[in-house]
Amino acid sequence: MPKDSGIGASVKRREDVRFLTGRGRYTDDINLRGQAHVAFLRANVAHGRLRGVDVAAAAAMPGVLRIFTGADFAAVGGLPCGWQVTGRDGQVMKEPRHPVLAAGKVRHVGDPIAAVVAETLEAARDAAEAIVADIEELPAVIDMRGALAAGAPLVHEEAGTNLCFDWGFVEDNRAATDAAIAAAPHVTTLDLVNNRLIPNAMEPRAAVGDYNPATGDSTLYTTSQNPHVIRLLMGAFVLGIPEHKLRVVAPDVGGGFGSKIFHYAEEAFVTFAARALNRPVKWTAQRSESALSDAHGRDHVTRIDLALDREGHFLAIRTRTLANMGAYLSTFAPSVPTYLHGTLMAGNYRTPLIHVGVQAVFTNTVPVDAYRGAGRPEATFQLERVIDKAARELGIDPVEIRRRNFIDRFPYQTPVAVAYDTGNYHATMDKLVAIADLAGFEGRRQASARKGLLRGLGVNCYIEACGIAPSHLVGQLGARAGLYESATVRVNATGGIVVMTGSHSHGQGHETTFPQVIADMIGIPESQVEIVHGDTANTPMGMGTYGSRSLAVGGSAMVRAAGKVIAKAKKIAAHLMEAAEGDITLRDGKFTVAGTDRSVDWGAVCLAAYVPHNYPLAELEPGLEETAFYDPANFTFPAGAYACEVEVDPETGRVVIDRFAAADDFGNVVNPMIVDGQVHGGIGQGIGQALCEGAVYDANGQLVTGSYMDYAMPRADDVPSYVVDHSCATPCTHNPLGVKGCGEAGAIGSPPTVVNAVIDALQRGGHRHVTHIDMPLSPARVWAAIRG
Amino acid sequence: MYAFEFTRPQTVAAAVAALKGADAQALGGGQTLIPTLRQRLASPARLVSLAAIAEMRGVAAAGGVLTVGGGTTHAAVAREAAAPFPALARLAGRIGDPAVRSRGTIGGSLANNDPSACYPAAALAAAATIVTDRREIAVDDFFRGLFATALATGEIITRVRFPIPARAAYAKFLQPASRFALVGVFVAKSSAGVRVAVTGAAERGVFRWTAAETALAADFRPEAVKGLRMAAEGMIGDLHGSPEYRAHLVGVMTARAVAAA
Ligand SMILES: Cc1cc2nc3c(=O)[nH]c(=O)nc-3n(C[C@H](O)[C@H](O)[C@H](O)COP(=O)(O)OP(=O)(O)OC[C@H]3O[C@@H](n4cnc5c(N)ncnc54)[C@H](O)[C@@H]3O)c2cc1C
Repeated sequence: MPKDSGIGASVKRREDVRFLTGRGRYTDDINLRGQAHVAFLRANVAHGRLRGVDVAAAAAMPGVLRIFTGADFAAVGGLPCGWQVTGRDGQVMKEPRHPVLAAGKVRHVGDPIAAVVAETLEAARDAAEAIVADIEELPAVIDMRGALAAGAPLVHEEAGTNLCFDWGFVEDNRAATDAAIAAAPHVTTLDLVNNRLIPNAMEPRAAVGDYNPATGDSTLYTTSQNPHVIRLLMGAFVLGIPEHKLRVVAPDVGGGFGSKIFHYAEEAFVTFAARALNRPVKWTAQRSESALSDAHGRDHVTRIDLALDREGHFLAIRTRTLANMGAYLSTFAPSVPTYLHGTLMAGNYRTPLIHVGVQAVFTNTVPVDAYRGAGRPEATFQLERVIDKAARELGIDPVEIRRRNFIDRFPYQTPVAVAYDTGNYHATMDKLVAIADLAGFEGRRQASARKGLLRGLGVNCYIEACGIAPSHLVGQLGARAGLYESATVRVNATGGIVVMTGSHSHGQGHETTFPQVIADMIGIPESQVEIVHGDTANTPMGMGTYGSRSLAVGGSAMVRAAGKVIAKAKKIAAHLMEAAEGDITLRDGKFTVAGTDRSVDWGAVCLAAYVPHNYPLAELEPGLEETAFYDPANFTFPAGAYACEVEVDPETGRVVIDRFAAADDFGNVVNPMIVDGQVHGGIGQGIGQALCEGAVYDANGQLVTGSYMDYAMPRADDVPSYVVDHSCATPCTHNPLGVKGCGEAGAIGSPPTVVNAVIDALQRGGHRHVTHIDMPLSPARVWAAIRG
Repeated sequence: MYAFEFTRPQTVAAAVAALKGADAQALGGGQTLIPTLRQRLASPARLVSLAAIAEMRGVAAAGGVLTVGGGTTHAAVAREAAAPFPALARLAGRIGDPAVRSRGTIGGSLANNDPSACYPAAALAAAATIVTDRREIAVDDFFRGLFATALATGEIITRVRFPIPARAAYAKFLQPASRFALVGVFVAKSSAGVRVAVTGAAERGVFRWTAAETALAADFRPEAVKGLRMAAEGMIGDLHGSPEYRAHLVGVMTARAVAAA
């Protein structure tokens, strides 16, 4: 019988009650007394010298409080980058200043030039239109190869080049990899593009700054996945506000997908302006503004070579990638094409030699940073596409070639630095073959053919690395932050519990799943446990939520803190029952003296802790509240196998996904329903990348896909009904819950599945010349590929 | 949005009067105009809402003619034209999403003449008559290229009269992002002959494909248009499809519309 509470139960999401009844409280719902509004004037050219900004006429318009320009921010810091990558030549990356408001130059369409603060939003917008920015337009670099060409215009003159860094990984393997590829019996090469994406969280970014002149305290309400990180970055590096005078609140947040990790100019601006004007200052992005100011994702151009022997065993992998950084380095941008990408290139396979080369490039486009999966989708896509191509060239079944190369002994040290602790790739593949009914494919193919449609089957695997850690290692790799997580477990006098976590829930359901864990540990109902998150004033310093880390890292911190609470509670119980501490056991909310029928319940112990009348005060402090910080020993490595069947209409190029199955290994699962939902959402996003989405710039740097008229988001009828399974669990070996993380898997695993299926359909349909199509596989592109 | 004055007259006459002021503009369902205002791309001094004019709403079939009030929503057409003119009802039922269909109107769509809009194809293929507050305009004289029509400033579409074809269908190939027509083809066969109207494809907006009309007049089967080629010249080329692709789709969608008619 399925459990109805605790770990393993599909408990319904308690936060949905407020989300679905309009009672959520998002940043834009916050309206402070006396609040003023901001409108940004943004660059409408991709590259230009800012000769002057004339605000005189605008400043005189009704309702305008003040207009700020780059000059107002000359004395404060630029937006910092949180990761410093060192290149092959031993040189650290180029790290040009990223001012809050443009100074000297504008570097992408959307770069903020000036900000009007006014009594109303309309007044601010009217005035922003009246500002005269004198911009001498310069030639823009949009395409990465063009940006690296000799004599290309420079995005940052002071850098002397548009090459941010040239990274090789593992550099010691470079020569051996080249030699193995040169000598290999078969080499499959694939040139591909991992398309640039616009994150499009349902809630656009927003920020409200507040300043209390009586205390000197600043508060920022913002759409963030990690309020503590914003407090540290903005306080210490940009505005010079010490943490104890700065509070950052990320209330309900309507989706992030990575785009709300980063510290953005608008956050620093409203905090700065609130203090300058002594009034709350609010900004909410318009959808079109989001497209021009949220960090974009992906945007890699790659050549991958896979060397194999005649039986299809992998001998070596070499990749050469150009990674777009955009016009400035966003907070974690340099880590994405490097340590979140190169470390994953082994995938699920034994390949003795791997070398990953990445050149990161500045262009006159919106900054690019982590987006659901961050580096790992890019790694998985190239690997699983080139394996598919190799299988076809060698005449080996795509499932069989993967099986032949699976890692099957754990722990496994890859040639790209990381060590997988556990996994069972044959098990997930077996499961996939069953749930996807691969045996029935041929029958379905024939049925499609009778309708004039080409059916194809795509299969692939993926591996993910979640909960990036440990801090001392990532510090050596250039991270400027620690990657632990924190939790405080506060037990109230009557036994209820509040967990204050540094993780942040913006759709993941922590408010439901975290109590499931605590309730299980103590044996009390989940309704007695409440989660507090998102406010630096009442949560311990934590790194927030991204990289599928919350349960694996934040959950582990919580388990540790709860463990400390239980240990102390046992001491109190021992005192109350006059027994030895070592004889106390806790089960179903009751402390029992082993081997006796003496017991005291959870509530009585908690009361004793706060009303310590009968209490060992000489040995034990009153109260029941503990904090833990958890720094993981390793990443976790979820993995899985995905299958997709498509029907291609050869007359129009239209692709319809008919079936999709996912067999994932997430280790232990706390709430299967929420995990299903995370997988569904991830696959939906992956299908979006594969079939629909793609940010496109014209040669002048104008964003062609600046609205939903041209940027194609996946809709309900673009995705099939999924079959998902996560029963093949190999628990993580190094965290207390044995969990791995499931938030990004779907988005990592699914793009190659879809593309493999479309190529398979075309191949089976006789269009043998089509070996690859770049995403998104729009009808027009598929039709053009068929035509050759 | 810039500030504007707003009126909501009850009659066509009052609306016509209200539209006489400088920079006044009619507001139908607002599904095109409101986004334009929100992006500050237009700044009418006065908006005259047509939503409260009862005489401009409704669908009625009589004597082989379907009359649709200019202020009738897409949702109402999808519902009420289903029996008398199913091809038109299906077209209306696939415009945008439920919210768009519950607000957007046929008059607004025809007056706007977006090169990717659906209704212009139906009106042109069915040889509709556009009735305004002051005259009747045969559809062949109505569309004047991208976003341009024969309407004078302040002229209101009050009704659209569709002679109901014996056989008709609309085949729409979706632009993946907007889900307007990347190419949409409406075919209508009546005693007067066959008319084929194409939307979404051409730089000049909705047009009749006369070569297909001739072929289908002789043989109203999909096979009849299989050999025909639409030239890529003059077709729209953008992110979502080259001129060649659109020209090709015109043929495919025409055959599919005939098959469905
Ligand atoms: C998300 C979305 C998806 C859409 N998808 C489609 C689609 O697939 N196919 C499609 O065809 N359309 C689509 N549309 C457009 C939709 O059909 C609009 O409703 C229509 O184009 C305009 O009609 P309206 O009543 O909303 O006009 P409004 O937006 O109010 O007005 C449009 C213009 O027409 C004028 N006008 C309005 N009514 C009249 C009248 N009775 N007489 C004279 N002038 C008038 C206005 O002054 C204005 O210039 C979509 C719109 C949206 C927002």
